[in-house]
Amino acid sequence: MTSSHPAPLRPTGTVADVHVYEPHRAGLPKKIGPYFRELWERREFASELSRSGIRAANTRTVFGQVWLVLNPLLLALVYYLLVNVLSGQSQGMDFFAHLTAGLFTFYFISGCMGTGAASVVGGGRLLLNTAFPRLLLPLSSVRTAFYRFLPTLPVWLVFYLFADSRQFTWLTLLSLVFLAMIVVFSAGLAAIFATLQVYFRDTAAFLPYFIRIWLYLSPVILTVDRLHAYAAKAGAEHLLYLNPLYSLLGGFTELLVGSRMPNWHMWVAAVSWTLIAAVAGAWYFMSRERDFAVRI
Amino acid sequence: MDPMDEAELARQAARAQRAAARAERAAGPVAVRVQNVSITYRTTFERVPTFKNAIVRFGRGQKAVKEIEAVKSVTFDVPVGTSLGIIGANGAGKSTLMRAMAGILPPTSGRIEVHGRVSTLLALGVGFNGQLSGRENVILGGLASGLSRREVEERADEVAEFADIGEFMDAPMRTYSSGMFSRLAFSVAVHMKPDILMIDEALSAGDAVFKRKATAKMSELMKSSRAMFLVSHALASVRELCNDAIWLHQGKLMMHGDPEDVISAYNRFMEVGEDAFNLEDL
Ligand SMILES: Nc1ncnc2c1ncn2[C@@H]1O[C@H](COP(=O)(O)OP(=O)(O)O)[C@@H](O)[C@H]1O
Ligand SMILES: [Mg+2]
Repeated sequence: MTSSHPAPLRPTGTVADVHVYEPHRAGLPKKIGPYFRELWERREFASELSRSGIRAANTRTVFGQVWLVLNPLLLALVYYLLVNVLSGQSQGMDFFAHLTAGLFTFYFISGCMGTGAASVVGGGRLLLNTAFPRLLLPLSSVRTAFYRFLPTLPVWLVFYLFADSRQFTWLTLLSLVFLAMIVVFSAGLAAIFATLQVYFRDTAAFLPYFIRIWLYLSPVILTVDRLHAYAAKAGAEHLLYLNPLYSLLGGFTELLVGSRMPNWHMWVAAVSWTLIAAVAGAWYFMSRERDFAVRI
Repeated sequence: MDPMDEAELARQAARAQRAAARAERAAGPVAVRVQNVSITYRTTFERVPTFKNAIVRFGRGQKAVKEIEAVKSVTFDVPVGTSLGIIGANGAGKSTLMRAMAGILPPTSGRIEVHGRVSTLLALGVGFNGQLSGRENVILGGLASGLSRREVEERADEVAEFADIGEFMDAPMRTYSSGMFSRLAFSVAVHMKPDILMIDEALSAGDAVFKRKATAKMSELMKSSRAMFLVSHALASVRELCNDAIWLHQGKLMMHGDPEDVISAYNRFMEVGEDAFNLEDL
């Protein structure tokens, strides 16, 4: 009999939700607007992904939360002692406050690169089975890195309160603008490394070396003034601006630690690098993301 | 009258009835339109691509990619009200076609039009992160596919109940057995209240009891969704659940029609072997 055959489905009218899938050449999706609208509509996914990731990491070890602060702090101590020995003169709390501010923030940036690189490849099954704007994955890892960065701020504050140069002015607040630029810059980096990791699975393995070298080239262990003095001696002070972190991290720490206004070169360089990283990261990622499902 | 003839007559009447229903649906609005779609995978030879391999290959002057034509110029319409069975041997391109219709893989050429929100259960979707609990996985999957937080949280409990995994819902998914895993995956797909449901070989997993429950749930869903796609090796479930069927072979669309006809042609083909087979014989 026919009873085993299904009754016809309930016919409904037309729906607003119409999708057209067509081939793409290597390049951006045809319509950028809807992409970003969808990205915005599903932002809850990115924050939930980051939240549950943090939760999972913390339940594994109670020590985990403490480690987030302890790890960069120990590193700061190592550099502090190193600089004391090398320079032959005892550096005070001023230097330590500068060092920790720079190092903690640098840790945030490198965290974005590391977790960003893992974000798409780690999305495995989800990527194969659900259609969503993939850019949410690296953005989610930026959120994770930021939430790991936040608890280090009060630690820095304690050191700064003991520093002779401590002062809190409106310039201290202005540092938030630089911090915002650093976040956007790091998001761009996260997108770039997320894409690279799909094509070259050993990207994350090379990353630590790259990060270490970048740290030494950035105004973390040396202050902006020192770096500038060295470069000026060699007549190469303009080369400093080729390092995005010279202006971004340098501007941030100058404002935060010591309330000094960065000169306009720093501002221009910082804004430019932020825009470059954001646009390049989004472009590189979005032009490749439809390829991800095939390559995961 | 001879009882054999009577059965035969009833079958023919049923077939005529289904043909009429198909014609009627075809005149109505379309849910999914697949036009001349081809999909080619370009993959590297290594399983895991690395800088190191790329450099080694470059040194040897080797070509980096190979191409696999998984779907070749496939065209068909799926009117609203259809539950389409997709059958074919392993590697026929069924999963690839489903991923393309779900918007996950863009076609290499051709065009796909989808009217409605799609929920997929392709190769058992949830559980992308074994560290996270079943509930977290379900919520994340729902949010990714565009549901609101309230909607997913409401559904998470229904999902857990249907999947019958008890307190494991809040345990990390790496602790799941494969049965629990696939029950949860199926349960997620059918509870997301999709316009269009796509299920890829999910009924093959799970025990007999769950299979029966799943089949019942799918028949129920067919009444509320606009269209349904089912990839299954179990031809019986295609016969039972689908009112339309296509058969893919090596990426080509061999046949599109009544499930009975498509299944019997497919069976004949599998018995005879592809060399001796010729479509004109049909
Ligand atoms: N990610 C992939 N990369 C390269 N080739 C693939 C990939 N997935 C599937 N294929 C190939 O595409 C063809 C069709 O695969 P698939 O759609 O999974 O078939 P089915 O689901 O019908 O078994 C097969 O030849 C398979 O090897
Ligand atoms: Mg398959």
